[in-house]
Amino acid sequence: MAYSEKVIDHYNNPRNVGTLNKDSKFVGTGLVGAPECGDVMRLQIEVGEDNVITDAKFKTFGCGSAIASSSLATEWLKGKTIDEALTIDNMDIVEELALPPVKIHCSVLAEDAIKSAINDYRVKNGLEAIVLEKSHH
Amino acid sequence: MKQPIYLDNNATTPLDPRVLEAMLPYFTEKFGNAASRNHAFGWVAEEGVDYAREQVAKLIGCTEKEIIFTSGATEADNLGIKGVFEMYKEKGNHIITAVTEHKAVLDTCKHLEKNGARVTYLGVKADGLIDLAELEAAMTPETILVSIMYGNNEIGVIQPIKEISAIAHKHGALFMTDATQAVGKIPVDVNADGIDLMAFTAHKMYGPKGVGALYVRRKNPRVKVTSQMDGGGHERGMRSGTLNVPGIVGLGKACELCRLEMESESIRLSGLRDRLESTLNKMEESYVNGNTQHRLPHVANISFKYVEGEGLMMAMSDLAVSSGSACTSASLEPSYVLKSLGLSDDLAHSSIRYGLGRFTTEEEIDQAIAVTQKAVNHLRELSPLWEMFKEGIDLSKIEWAEH
Repeated sequence: MAYSEKVIDHYNNPRNVGTLNKDSKFVGTGLVGAPECGDVMRLQIEVGEDNVITDAKFKTFGCGSAIASSSLATEWLKGKTIDEALTIDNMDIVEELALPPVKIHCSVLAEDAIKSAINDYRVKNGLEAIVLEKSHH
Repeated sequence: MKQPIYLDNNATTPLDPRVLEAMLPYFTEKFGNAASRNHAFGWVAEEGVDYAREQVAKLIGCTEKEIIFTSGATEADNLGIKGVFEMYKEKGNHIITAVTEHKAVLDTCKHLEKNGARVTYLGVKADGLIDLAELEAAMTPETILVSIMYGNNEIGVIQPIKEISAIAHKHGALFMTDATQAVGKIPVDVNADGIDLMAFTAHKMYGPKGVGALYVRRKNPRVKVTSQMDGGGHERGMRSGTLNVPGIVGLGKACELCRLEMESESIRLSGLRDRLESTLNKMEESYVNGNTQHRLPHVANISFKYVEGEGLMMAMSDLAVSSGSACTSASLEPSYVLKSLGLSDDLAHSSIRYGLGRFTTEEEIDQAIAVTQKAVNHLRELSPLWEMFKEGIDLSKIEWAEH
Protein backbone atom coordinates (compact mmCIF):
# COMPACT_ATOMS: atom_id res chain seq x y z
CA MET A 1 0.00 0.00 0.00
CA ALA A 2 1.29 3.44 -0.82
CA TYR A 3 1.43 5.97 1.98
CA SER A 4 0.51 9.62 1.51
CA GLU A 5 3.30 12.17 1.39
CA LYS A 6 2.23 13.61 4.74
CA VAL A 7 2.37 10.22 6.42
CA ILE A 8 5.83 9.65 4.98
CA ASP A 9 6.97 13.10 6.13
CA HIS A 10 5.79 12.54 9.71
CA TYR A 11 7.21 9.05 9.64
CA ASN A 12 10.63 10.12 8.43
CA ASN A 13 10.76 13.28 10.55
CA PRO A 14 8.55 12.56 13.52
CA ARG A 15 7.82 15.74 15.53
CA ASN A 16 8.09 15.83 19.29
CA VAL A 17 9.39 12.36 19.99
CA GLY A 18 10.27 11.97 23.62
CA THR A 19 9.27 11.68 27.21
CA LEU A 20 8.01 14.22 29.74
CA ASN A 21 8.21 13.65 33.49
CA LYS A 22 5.09 11.65 34.10
CA ASP A 23 5.24 12.36 37.84
CA SER A 24 4.98 16.12 37.35
CA LYS A 25 1.53 17.49 38.18
CA PHE A 26 1.72 19.67 35.08
CA VAL A 27 2.09 16.61 32.86
CA GLY A 28 -0.74 14.38 31.62
CA THR A 29 0.09 10.98 30.12
CA GLY A 30 -2.11 8.84 27.89
CA LEU A 31 -1.08 5.28 27.08
CA VAL A 32 -3.51 3.58 24.70
CA GLY A 33 -3.62 0.49 22.51
CA ALA A 34 -2.10 -2.91 23.18
CA PRO A 35 1.03 -4.70 21.97
CA GLU A 36 -1.09 -7.68 20.89
CA CYS A 37 -2.99 -5.44 18.51
CA GLY A 38 0.18 -4.03 16.99
CA ASP A 39 -0.38 -0.43 18.17
CA VAL A 40 0.57 1.32 21.38
CA MET A 41 0.66 5.11 21.67
CA ARG A 42 1.96 7.14 24.55
CA LEU A 43 1.11 10.81 24.33
CA GLN A 44 2.08 13.38 26.96
CA ILE A 45 1.09 17.01 27.42
CA GLU A 46 2.56 19.66 29.67
CA VAL A 47 0.02 22.24 30.75
CA GLY A 48 0.93 25.79 31.73
CA GLU A 49 -1.05 28.84 32.80
CA ASP A 50 -4.60 29.32 31.57
CA ASN A 51 -4.83 25.63 30.70
CA VAL A 52 -2.61 26.11 27.66
CA ILE A 53 -0.65 23.09 26.46
CA THR A 54 2.96 24.25 26.37
CA ASP A 55 4.58 21.00 25.29
CA ALA A 56 3.58 17.65 23.87
CA LYS A 57 5.61 14.50 23.30
CA PHE A 58 4.87 11.04 21.96
CA LYS A 59 6.27 7.58 21.47
CA THR A 60 4.43 5.03 19.35
CA PHE A 61 4.77 1.33 18.61
CA GLY A 62 2.89 0.71 15.39
CA CYS A 63 2.70 1.12 11.67
CA GLY A 64 3.63 4.25 9.75
CA SER A 65 0.12 5.67 9.97
CA ALA A 66 0.02 5.21 13.73
CA ILE A 67 3.36 6.98 14.10
CA ALA A 68 2.23 9.79 11.78
CA SER A 69 -1.12 10.19 13.58
CA SER A 70 0.52 10.64 16.96
CA SER A 71 3.24 12.90 15.58
CA LEU A 72 0.57 15.12 14.01
CA ALA A 73 -1.44 15.13 17.24
CA THR A 74 1.50 16.51 19.23
CA GLU A 75 1.95 19.26 16.63
CA TRP A 76 -1.69 20.25 16.89
CA LEU A 77 -1.77 20.12 20.68
CA LYS A 78 0.98 22.62 21.33
CA GLY A 79 -0.45 26.07 22.02
CA LYS A 80 -4.04 24.86 22.33
CA THR A 81 -6.02 25.10 25.54
CA ILE A 82 -7.29 21.89 27.01
CA ASP A 83 -10.82 22.71 25.89
CA GLU A 84 -9.62 23.29 22.34
CA ALA A 85 -7.61 20.05 22.47
CA LEU A 86 -10.74 18.13 23.39
CA THR A 87 -12.34 19.17 20.12
CA ILE A 88 -9.72 17.38 18.00
CA ASP A 89 -11.60 14.67 16.18
CA ASN A 90 -10.05 11.57 14.68
CA MET A 91 -11.56 12.43 11.30
CA ASP A 92 -9.49 15.65 11.27
CA ILE A 93 -6.40 13.45 11.45
CA VAL A 94 -7.73 11.12 8.75
CA GLU A 95 -8.28 14.09 6.48
CA GLU A 96 -4.96 15.80 7.14
CA LEU A 97 -2.94 12.61 6.59
CA ALA A 98 -5.21 11.17 3.86
CA LEU A 99 -5.43 7.88 5.74
CA PRO A 100 -7.10 5.02 3.87
CA PRO A 101 -10.08 3.26 5.51
CA VAL A 102 -7.94 0.40 6.85
CA LYS A 103 -5.87 2.94 8.80
CA ILE A 104 -8.69 4.89 10.42
CA HIS A 105 -8.13 3.00 13.65
CA CYS A 106 -4.74 4.73 13.92
CA SER A 107 -6.46 8.12 14.07
CA VAL A 108 -8.98 6.82 16.58
CA LEU A 109 -6.13 5.69 18.77
CA ALA A 110 -4.54 9.14 18.53
CA GLU A 111 -7.79 10.82 19.60
CA ASP A 112 -8.08 8.37 22.49
CA ALA A 113 -4.48 9.16 23.47
CA ILE A 114 -5.22 12.92 23.56
CA LYS A 115 -8.30 12.45 25.75
CA SER A 116 -6.54 9.97 27.97
CA ALA A 117 -3.63 12.40 28.52
CA ILE A 118 -6.03 15.23 29.34
CA ASN A 119 -7.87 13.06 31.83
CA ASP A 120 -4.64 12.03 33.50
CA TYR A 121 -3.78 15.72 33.91
CA ARG A 122 -7.26 16.53 35.23
CA VAL A 123 -7.27 13.76 37.78
CA LYS A 124 -3.79 14.74 38.99
CA ASN A 125 -5.05 18.26 39.56
CA GLY A 126 -8.14 17.26 41.47
CA LEU A 127 -10.56 17.57 38.60
CA GLU A 128 -13.01 14.96 37.55
CA ALA A 129 -12.13 12.82 34.55
CA ILE A 130 -14.19 13.66 31.51
CA VAL A 131 -16.44 10.79 30.54
CA LEU A 132 -15.24 9.78 27.12
CA GLU A 133 -17.52 8.77 24.36
CA LYS A 134 -17.61 5.06 23.86
CA SER A 135 -14.46 4.03 22.07
CA HIS A 136 -14.85 3.74 18.32
CA HIS A 137 -13.13 0.39 18.08
CA MET B 1 13.40 5.71 -8.24
CA LYS B 2 16.14 3.44 -6.94
CA GLN B 3 14.98 -0.18 -6.91
CA PRO B 4 14.87 -1.69 -3.44
CA ILE B 5 16.86 -4.85 -2.71
CA TYR B 6 14.58 -7.80 -3.45
CA LEU B 7 14.43 -10.18 -0.49
CA ASP B 8 10.92 -11.52 -0.95
CA ASN B 9 11.74 -14.59 -3.02
CA ASN B 10 9.19 -16.69 -1.13
CA ALA B 11 6.47 -14.51 -2.62
CA THR B 12 7.83 -14.82 -6.13
CA THR B 13 11.17 -15.00 -7.89
CA PRO B 14 12.36 -13.01 -10.89
CA LEU B 15 12.36 -14.88 -14.18
CA ASP B 16 15.82 -16.20 -15.04
CA PRO B 17 16.87 -14.72 -18.41
CA ARG B 18 17.81 -18.23 -19.58
CA VAL B 19 14.22 -19.32 -18.91
CA LEU B 20 12.86 -16.36 -20.84
CA GLU B 21 15.11 -17.23 -23.77
CA ALA B 22 13.76 -20.78 -23.86
CA MET B 23 10.17 -19.50 -23.75
CA LEU B 24 10.33 -16.76 -26.38
CA PRO B 25 10.02 -18.87 -29.57
CA TYR B 26 6.82 -20.42 -28.18
CA PHE B 27 5.13 -17.01 -28.19
CA THR B 28 6.00 -16.35 -31.81
CA GLU B 29 6.94 -18.87 -34.49
CA LYS B 30 6.19 -21.94 -32.33
CA PHE B 31 2.71 -20.76 -31.38
CA GLY B 32 0.86 -24.00 -32.13
CA ASN B 33 -1.69 -25.77 -29.97
CA ALA B 34 0.01 -28.81 -28.45
CA ALA B 35 -3.22 -30.74 -28.96
CA SER B 36 -3.26 -30.16 -32.74
CA ARG B 37 -2.27 -33.58 -34.04
CA ASN B 38 -2.56 -32.96 -37.75
CA HIS B 39 0.09 -30.41 -38.59
CA ALA B 40 3.61 -29.30 -37.85
CA PHE B 41 2.57 -26.32 -35.68
CA GLY B 42 0.94 -28.69 -33.23
CA TRP B 43 3.80 -31.16 -33.33
CA VAL B 44 6.40 -28.50 -32.58
CA ALA B 45 4.39 -27.22 -29.61
CA GLU B 46 3.85 -30.76 -28.37
CA GLU B 47 7.56 -31.44 -28.65
CA GLY B 48 8.25 -28.43 -26.45
CA VAL B 49 5.76 -29.66 -23.87
CA ASP B 50 7.15 -33.19 -23.94
CA TYR B 51 10.66 -31.96 -23.41
CA ALA B 52 9.51 -29.77 -20.52
CA ARG B 53 7.74 -32.74 -18.98
CA GLU B 54 11.04 -34.62 -19.03
CA GLN B 55 12.87 -31.71 -17.44
CA VAL B 56 10.28 -31.48 -14.67
CA ALA B 57 10.21 -35.25 -14.11
CA LYS B 58 13.98 -35.39 -13.83
CA LEU B 59 14.04 -32.78 -11.06
CA ILE B 60 11.67 -34.72 -8.82
CA GLY B 61 12.59 -38.29 -9.83
CA CYS B 62 9.37 -39.36 -11.51
CA THR B 63 8.26 -40.35 -15.03
CA GLU B 64 6.89 -37.86 -17.55
CA LYS B 65 3.43 -39.39 -17.47
CA GLU B 66 3.07 -38.50 -13.82
CA ILE B 67 3.17 -34.73 -14.41
CA ILE B 68 -0.13 -32.84 -14.80
CA PHE B 69 0.44 -29.23 -15.83
CA THR B 70 -1.76 -26.65 -14.10
CA SER B 71 -1.98 -22.87 -13.76
CA GLY B 72 0.09 -22.96 -10.58
CA ALA B 73 0.39 -24.51 -7.14
CA THR B 74 -2.99 -23.27 -5.93
CA GLU B 75 -4.75 -25.10 -8.74
CA ALA B 76 -2.55 -28.16 -8.18
CA ASP B 77 -3.44 -28.16 -4.46
CA ASN B 78 -7.14 -27.89 -5.33
CA LEU B 79 -6.95 -30.64 -7.95
CA GLY B 80 -4.97 -32.97 -5.70
CA ILE B 81 -7.09 -32.63 -2.59
CA LYS B 82 -10.54 -32.28 -4.16
CA GLY B 83 -9.65 -34.85 -6.82
CA VAL B 84 -8.61 -37.46 -4.24
CA PHE B 85 -11.62 -36.72 -2.05
CA GLU B 86 -14.03 -37.27 -4.93
CA MET B 87 -12.20 -40.29 -6.34
CA TYR B 88 -11.83 -42.13 -3.04
CA LYS B 89 -14.97 -41.12 -1.18
CA GLU B 90 -16.19 -44.72 -1.19
CA LYS B 91 -13.18 -45.58 0.92
CA GLY B 92 -13.49 -42.79 3.47
CA ASN B 93 -13.98 -39.09 4.06
CA HIS B 94 -11.18 -38.20 6.43
CA ILE B 95 -8.32 -35.87 5.49
CA ILE B 96 -5.40 -34.86 7.73
CA THR B 97 -3.48 -31.63 7.24
CA ALA B 98 -1.71 -29.07 9.44
CA VAL B 99 -2.54 -25.57 10.69
CA THR B 100 0.58 -24.04 9.11
CA GLU B 101 -0.37 -25.02 5.55
CA HIS B 102 -0.82 -22.44 2.83
CA LYS B 103 -4.37 -21.12 2.35
CA ALA B 104 -4.58 -23.04 -0.94
CA VAL B 105 -4.62 -26.23 1.14
CA LEU B 106 -6.50 -24.96 4.20
CA ASP B 107 -9.31 -23.30 2.28
CA THR B 108 -9.64 -26.29 -0.04
CA CYS B 109 -10.05 -28.50 3.02
CA LYS B 110 -12.60 -26.09 4.48
CA HIS B 111 -14.52 -26.23 1.22
CA LEU B 112 -14.57 -30.05 1.38
CA GLU B 113 -15.82 -29.95 4.96
CA LYS B 114 -19.01 -28.44 3.56
CA ASN B 115 -19.25 -31.41 1.21
CA GLY B 116 -19.01 -34.09 3.85
CA ALA B 117 -15.27 -34.34 4.51
CA ARG B 118 -13.95 -34.65 8.03
CA VAL B 119 -10.66 -32.78 8.34
CA THR B 120 -8.09 -32.95 11.13
CA TYR B 121 -5.84 -29.89 11.35
CA LEU B 122 -2.70 -30.94 13.20
CA GLY B 123 -1.03 -28.31 15.36
CA VAL B 124 2.72 -27.80 15.26
CA LYS B 125 5.42 -27.72 17.91
CA ALA B 126 7.17 -24.47 18.86
CA ASP B 127 9.73 -25.09 16.10
CA GLY B 128 7.02 -25.41 13.43
CA LEU B 129 7.30 -29.20 12.91
CA ILE B 130 4.32 -31.49 13.31
CA ASP B 131 4.33 -34.15 16.00
CA LEU B 132 4.53 -37.58 14.33
CA ALA B 133 2.86 -39.29 17.28
CA GLU B 134 -0.04 -36.89 16.92
CA LEU B 135 -0.31 -37.73 13.21
CA GLU B 136 -0.24 -41.45 13.97
CA ALA B 137 -2.97 -41.01 16.57
CA ALA B 138 -5.14 -39.05 14.12
CA MET B 139 -5.11 -41.79 11.46
CA THR B 140 -8.37 -43.74 11.13
CA PRO B 141 -9.63 -46.41 8.70
CA GLU B 142 -11.56 -43.59 6.98
CA THR B 143 -8.42 -41.52 6.39
CA ILE B 144 -7.91 -41.26 2.65
CA LEU B 145 -5.37 -38.45 2.46
CA VAL B 146 -2.61 -36.87 4.51
CA SER B 147 -1.55 -33.49 3.07
CA ILE B 148 1.45 -31.85 4.74
CA MET B 149 3.58 -29.17 3.12
CA TYR B 150 7.25 -29.83 2.37
CA GLY B 151 8.81 -26.49 3.37
CA ASN B 152 6.90 -23.66 4.99
CA ASN B 153 6.55 -20.38 3.11
CA GLU B 154 6.84 -18.11 6.15
CA ILE B 155 9.48 -19.76 8.32
CA GLY B 156 11.05 -22.26 5.92
CA VAL B 157 10.89 -25.31 8.20
CA ILE B 158 11.02 -28.66 6.40
CA GLN B 159 8.61 -31.29 7.69
CA PRO B 160 9.83 -34.89 8.14
CA ILE B 161 8.30 -35.96 4.83
CA LYS B 162 9.63 -39.56 4.72
CA GLU B 163 8.32 -40.31 8.20
CA ILE B 164 4.96 -38.66 7.46
CA SER B 165 4.44 -40.58 4.21
CA ALA B 166 5.38 -43.85 5.95
CA ILE B 167 2.71 -43.26 8.59
CA ALA B 168 0.10 -42.38 5.95
CA HIS B 169 0.89 -45.50 3.92
CA LYS B 170 0.93 -47.78 6.95
CA HIS B 171 -2.71 -46.81 7.48
CA GLY B 172 -3.68 -47.12 3.84
CA ALA B 173 -3.93 -43.39 3.10
CA LEU B 174 -2.36 -41.42 0.26
CA PHE B 175 0.27 -38.80 0.99
CA MET B 176 0.22 -35.42 -0.73
CA THR B 177 2.60 -32.51 -0.22
CA ASP B 178 2.46 -28.87 -1.22
CA ALA B 179 6.13 -28.51 -2.16
CA THR B 180 5.87 -25.02 -3.64
CA GLN B 181 8.78 -23.64 -1.63
CA ALA B 182 10.90 -26.80 -1.68
CA VAL B 183 10.99 -28.03 -5.28
CA GLY B 184 14.04 -26.59 -7.00
CA LYS B 185 15.58 -25.43 -3.72
CA ILE B 186 16.39 -28.74 -2.02
CA PRO B 187 16.52 -32.34 -3.34
CA VAL B 188 12.97 -33.67 -3.61
CA ASP B 189 12.56 -37.24 -4.83
CA VAL B 190 9.00 -38.53 -4.93
CA ASN B 191 10.09 -42.15 -4.61
CA ALA B 192 12.63 -41.73 -1.83
CA ASP B 193 10.15 -39.47 0.01
CA GLY B 194 7.11 -41.70 -0.54
CA ILE B 195 5.05 -38.93 -2.14
CA ASP B 196 1.82 -39.83 -3.98
CA LEU B 197 0.78 -36.33 -5.04
CA MET B 198 2.79 -33.11 -5.06
CA ALA B 199 1.95 -29.52 -5.98
CA PHE B 200 4.53 -26.98 -7.12
CA THR B 201 4.86 -23.91 -9.30
CA ALA B 202 7.29 -22.27 -11.72
CA HIS B 203 7.37 -18.73 -10.33
CA LYS B 204 9.01 -19.72 -7.06
CA MET B 205 11.97 -21.18 -8.97
CA TYR B 206 12.80 -18.44 -11.48
CA GLY B 207 10.16 -19.54 -13.97
CA PRO B 208 7.08 -17.64 -15.17
CA LYS B 209 3.88 -17.01 -13.22
CA GLY B 210 0.72 -18.83 -14.22
CA VAL B 211 2.11 -22.33 -14.61
CA GLY B 212 2.68 -25.16 -12.17
CA ALA B 213 2.19 -28.88 -11.87
CA LEU B 214 0.66 -31.67 -9.88
CA TYR B 215 2.64 -34.87 -9.63
CA VAL B 216 0.28 -37.86 -9.54
CA ARG B 217 1.83 -41.28 -8.84
CA ARG B 218 1.14 -43.96 -11.47
CA LYS B 219 2.70 -47.01 -9.80
CA ASN B 220 2.68 -48.45 -6.28
CA PRO B 221 -0.01 -47.33 -5.94
CA ARG B 222 -1.65 -45.98 -9.07
CA VAL B 223 -3.31 -42.78 -7.91
CA LYS B 224 -6.26 -41.20 -9.66
CA VAL B 225 -7.86 -37.82 -9.16
CA THR B 226 -11.26 -36.68 -10.35
CA SER B 227 -10.78 -33.76 -12.72
CA GLN B 228 -11.96 -30.37 -11.50
CA MET B 229 -12.10 -28.80 -14.95
CA ASP B 230 -14.20 -30.38 -17.68
CA GLY B 231 -13.39 -30.00 -21.34
CA GLY B 232 -11.11 -31.49 -23.94
CA GLY B 233 -9.60 -34.13 -21.71
CA HIS B 234 -6.06 -32.77 -21.72
CA GLU B 235 -3.43 -34.06 -19.30
CA ARG B 236 -4.74 -37.63 -19.32
CA GLY B 237 -8.23 -36.39 -18.57
CA MET B 238 -7.22 -34.89 -15.23
CA ARG B 239 -6.97 -31.26 -16.30
CA SER B 240 -8.70 -30.00 -19.39
CA GLY B 241 -7.69 -26.74 -21.00
CA THR B 242 -5.33 -25.82 -23.84
CA LEU B 243 -1.78 -26.19 -22.59
CA ASN B 244 0.09 -23.00 -21.75
CA VAL B 245 2.98 -24.01 -23.98
CA PRO B 246 5.37 -21.07 -23.37
CA GLY B 247 4.73 -21.31 -19.63
CA ILE B 248 5.27 -25.06 -19.59
CA VAL B 249 8.49 -24.69 -21.56
CA GLY B 250 9.56 -22.08 -19.00
CA LEU B 251 8.71 -24.38 -16.09
CA GLY B 252 10.76 -27.13 -17.72
CA LYS B 253 13.78 -24.89 -18.21
CA ALA B 254 13.46 -23.53 -14.68
CA CYS B 255 13.44 -27.09 -13.31
CA GLU B 256 16.51 -28.00 -15.34
CA LEU B 257 18.47 -24.98 -14.11
CA CYS B 258 17.47 -25.67 -10.50
CA ARG B 259 18.56 -29.30 -10.83
CA LEU B 260 21.94 -28.41 -12.29
CA GLU B 261 22.68 -25.56 -9.88
CA MET B 262 20.98 -26.74 -6.71
CA GLU B 263 23.99 -28.14 -4.93
CA SER B 264 26.22 -25.07 -5.19
CA GLU B 265 23.30 -22.62 -4.98
CA SER B 266 21.91 -24.02 -1.74
CA ILE B 267 25.34 -23.78 -0.11
CA ARG B 268 25.72 -20.19 -1.31
CA LEU B 269 22.24 -19.20 -0.17
CA SER B 270 22.43 -20.80 3.27
CA GLY B 271 25.81 -19.09 3.77
CA LEU B 272 24.29 -15.69 2.98
CA ARG B 273 21.18 -16.42 5.03
CA ASP B 274 23.22 -17.52 8.05
CA ARG B 275 25.30 -14.38 7.83
CA LEU B 276 22.19 -12.20 7.71
CA GLU B 277 20.48 -14.10 10.47
CA SER B 278 23.37 -14.46 12.90
CA THR B 279 24.27 -10.76 12.60
CA LEU B 280 20.69 -9.58 13.12
CA ASN B 281 20.15 -12.09 15.89
CA LYS B 282 22.96 -10.41 17.83
CA MET B 283 20.73 -7.37 18.22
CA GLU B 284 19.10 -7.09 21.59
CA GLU B 285 15.68 -8.75 21.89
CA SER B 286 15.66 -10.34 18.44
CA TYR B 287 14.34 -13.85 17.95
CA VAL B 288 14.67 -16.32 15.07
CA ASN B 289 11.34 -18.02 14.36
CA GLY B 290 11.07 -21.72 13.49
CA ASN B 291 13.37 -24.71 13.55
CA THR B 292 16.88 -23.76 12.40
CA GLN B 293 18.11 -27.32 11.72
CA HIS B 294 15.43 -28.57 9.34
CA ARG B 295 14.70 -25.74 6.98
CA LEU B 296 15.04 -24.31 3.50
CA PRO B 297 18.38 -22.66 2.72
CA HIS B 298 17.02 -19.29 1.67
CA VAL B 299 14.59 -18.17 4.38
CA ALA B 300 15.07 -16.27 7.63
CA ASN B 301 12.19 -15.12 9.82
CA ILE B 302 13.17 -12.83 12.66
CA SER B 303 11.13 -10.94 15.26
CA PHE B 304 12.49 -7.64 16.55
CA LYS B 305 10.68 -7.18 19.81
CA TYR B 306 9.13 -3.78 20.64
CA VAL B 307 8.91 -2.64 17.03
CA GLU B 308 5.93 -3.29 14.78
CA GLY B 309 6.57 -5.14 11.52
CA GLU B 310 4.66 -2.90 9.16
CA GLY B 311 6.22 0.24 10.61
CA LEU B 312 9.57 -1.47 10.34
CA MET B 313 9.06 -2.31 6.69
CA MET B 314 8.29 1.34 6.04
CA ALA B 315 11.57 2.33 7.62
CA MET B 316 13.26 -0.26 5.42
CA SER B 317 11.90 0.99 2.13
CA ASP B 318 15.26 0.09 0.57
CA LEU B 319 14.38 -3.56 1.20
CA ALA B 320 11.52 -5.57 -0.29
CA VAL B 321 10.67 -8.00 2.51
CA SER B 322 7.47 -9.14 4.16
CA SER B 323 6.10 -9.11 7.69
CA GLY B 324 3.92 -11.38 9.79
CA SER B 325 2.15 -8.27 11.01
CA ALA B 326 -1.15 -7.47 9.39
CA CYS B 327 -2.05 -4.04 10.57
CA THR B 328 -4.04 -3.50 7.38
CA SER B 329 -6.46 -6.36 7.85
CA ALA B 330 -9.71 -5.56 9.56
CA SER B 331 -9.07 -8.18 12.24
CA LEU B 332 -5.55 -6.92 12.97
CA GLU B 333 -4.64 -10.59 13.26
CA PRO B 334 -0.96 -11.31 12.80
CA SER B 335 0.36 -14.33 10.88
CA TYR B 336 -1.49 -17.56 11.71
CA VAL B 337 1.68 -19.51 11.02
CA LEU B 338 3.69 -17.62 13.64
CA LYS B 339 0.82 -17.78 16.11
CA SER B 340 0.59 -21.54 15.66
CA LEU B 341 4.21 -21.80 16.83
CA GLY B 342 2.96 -20.34 20.09
CA LEU B 343 4.45 -16.89 19.42
CA SER B 344 2.71 -14.13 21.31
CA ASP B 345 0.82 -11.65 19.17
CA ASP B 346 3.31 -8.88 19.84
CA LEU B 347 6.24 -10.99 18.63
CA ALA B 348 4.26 -12.07 15.58
CA HIS B 349 3.56 -8.40 14.85
CA SER B 350 7.30 -7.72 15.09
CA SER B 351 8.42 -10.30 12.54
CA ILE B 352 10.20 -9.82 9.24
CA ARG B 353 10.68 -12.53 6.62
CA TYR B 354 13.77 -12.38 4.44
CA GLY B 355 13.58 -14.62 1.36
CA LEU B 356 16.88 -14.84 -0.51
CA GLY B 357 17.21 -15.97 -4.11
CA ARG B 358 19.43 -16.77 -7.05
CA PHE B 359 20.14 -13.12 -7.76
CA THR B 360 20.82 -12.06 -4.16
CA THR B 361 24.41 -10.88 -3.72
CA GLU B 362 26.72 -10.63 -0.76
CA GLU B 363 26.70 -6.81 -1.00
CA GLU B 364 22.91 -6.84 -0.87
CA ILE B 365 22.96 -8.94 2.29
CA ASP B 366 25.41 -6.55 3.91
CA GLN B 367 23.18 -3.63 2.95
CA ALA B 368 20.13 -5.47 4.24
CA ILE B 369 21.84 -6.00 7.58
CA ALA B 370 22.77 -2.31 7.85
CA VAL B 371 19.32 -1.09 6.78
CA THR B 372 17.59 -3.41 9.25
CA GLN B 373 19.81 -2.46 12.17
CA LYS B 374 19.32 1.24 11.50
CA ALA B 375 15.55 0.89 11.14
CA VAL B 376 15.10 -1.25 14.24
CA ASN B 377 17.17 1.17 16.32
CA HIS B 378 15.26 4.16 14.93
CA LEU B 379 11.86 2.63 15.68
CA ARG B 380 12.92 1.52 19.13
CA GLU B 381 13.77 5.15 19.88
CA LEU B 382 10.14 5.89 18.97
CA SER B 383 8.71 2.90 20.83
CA PRO B 384 7.12 3.40 24.24
CA LEU B 385 7.40 -0.37 24.77
CA TRP B 386 11.16 -0.29 24.25
CA GLU B 387 11.46 2.56 26.76
CA MET B 388 9.39 0.64 29.30
CA PHE B 389 11.43 -2.52 28.69
CA LYS B 390 14.62 -0.53 29.27
CA GLU B 391 13.19 0.85 32.52
CA GLY B 392 12.57 -2.71 33.64
CA ILE B 393 8.76 -2.48 33.49
CA ASP B 394 7.10 -5.86 32.98
CA LEU B 395 4.83 -5.25 29.99
CA SER B 396 2.77 -8.34 30.69
CA LYS B 397 1.67 -6.76 33.99
CA ILE B 398 0.19 -3.68 32.33
CA GLU B 399 -3.53 -3.64 31.77
CA TRP B 400 -3.74 -2.79 28.09
CA ALA B 401 -6.90 -1.42 26.62
CA GLU B 402 -7.61 -4.10 24.03
CA HIS B 403 -9.12 -2.65 20.92
